[in-house]
Amino acid sequence: MDWQGQKLVEQIMQIMLLVFAVIAFVAGYVLGSFRMMMIVYAGGVALTALITVPNWPLFNRHPLNWLDPSEAEKHPKPQVAVSSKKERHQKVNVVLAAE
Amino acid sequence: MHSFGYRLNGLLTFSVTILAIMCAIASLSDNLNSRSPSAEIQVMNINWFQKQPQANDEVSLTMNISADLQSLFTWNTKQLFIFVAAEYDTPKNSLNQVSLWDAIIPAKVHAKFWIHTSNKYRFVDQGKYLRGKKFNLTLHWHVMPKTGKMFADKIVLTGYSFPEEYR
Repeated sequence: MDWQGQKLVEQIMQIMLLVFAVIAFVAGYVLGSFRMMMIVYAGGVALTALITVPNWPLFNRHPLNWLDPSEAEKHPKPQVAVSSKKERHQKVNVVLAAE
Repeated sequence: MHSFGYRLNGLLTFSVTILAIMCAIASLSDNLNSRSPSAEIQVMNINWFQKQPQANDEVSLTMNISADLQSLFTWNTKQLFIFVAAEYDTPKNSLNQVSLWDAIIPAKVHAKFWIHTSNKYRFVDQGKYLRGKKFNLTLHWHVMPKTGKMFADKIVLTGYSFPEEYR
């Protein structure tokens, strides 16, 4: 998911859970059945999970364009100044992203 | 919300928190219930009334207990625990409460009942003070909820007394 998709999905999740909680409580109270409240709420949680948790493509409509590897090689990576003993153990990952 | 696991964790935590709030509100809704229970206990017979050797008084009685406790049930009630206790005072103890019989009522339909029974638990005094003693019979109930606060209350029925002599 992209950043905007994540924000959207978080809002959807919070709103859906609250709405299902209210529906479940009202249904349980009116029917006089605690079991009905739990069933409706559990169904709501499952439905919300189905919509918001997996990586659906519709939440990835504004993907970030990572820089091409061939383009990255044209620009040298900055060298991190470390002592010679540590150099063997350290890996530096610098990733450049195009706007 | 960066990955599948992250979102799943967030959703589960939020949903359980909301569930806790729903249960608290359900418990608070019990206060809206207006209760009108009624009960009656008749002592049909004093089966025997003895003094235990070198020790305390003991009595066995048969009661006819009838009650209508249907108004105590709400949507959030799991069961009703009721018990009958005899209350009296003696020179030794200012208040004695002896539990004679109890039952669990699991559903509203069973809450209107009558039962003809002898005392389930032995009625033994701490001492030898029961002859001619006046006592009350109280029906206590505990409304046990599915979630939240338990309510307890009672009805006091007066006017019972023991015989003057052992039999």
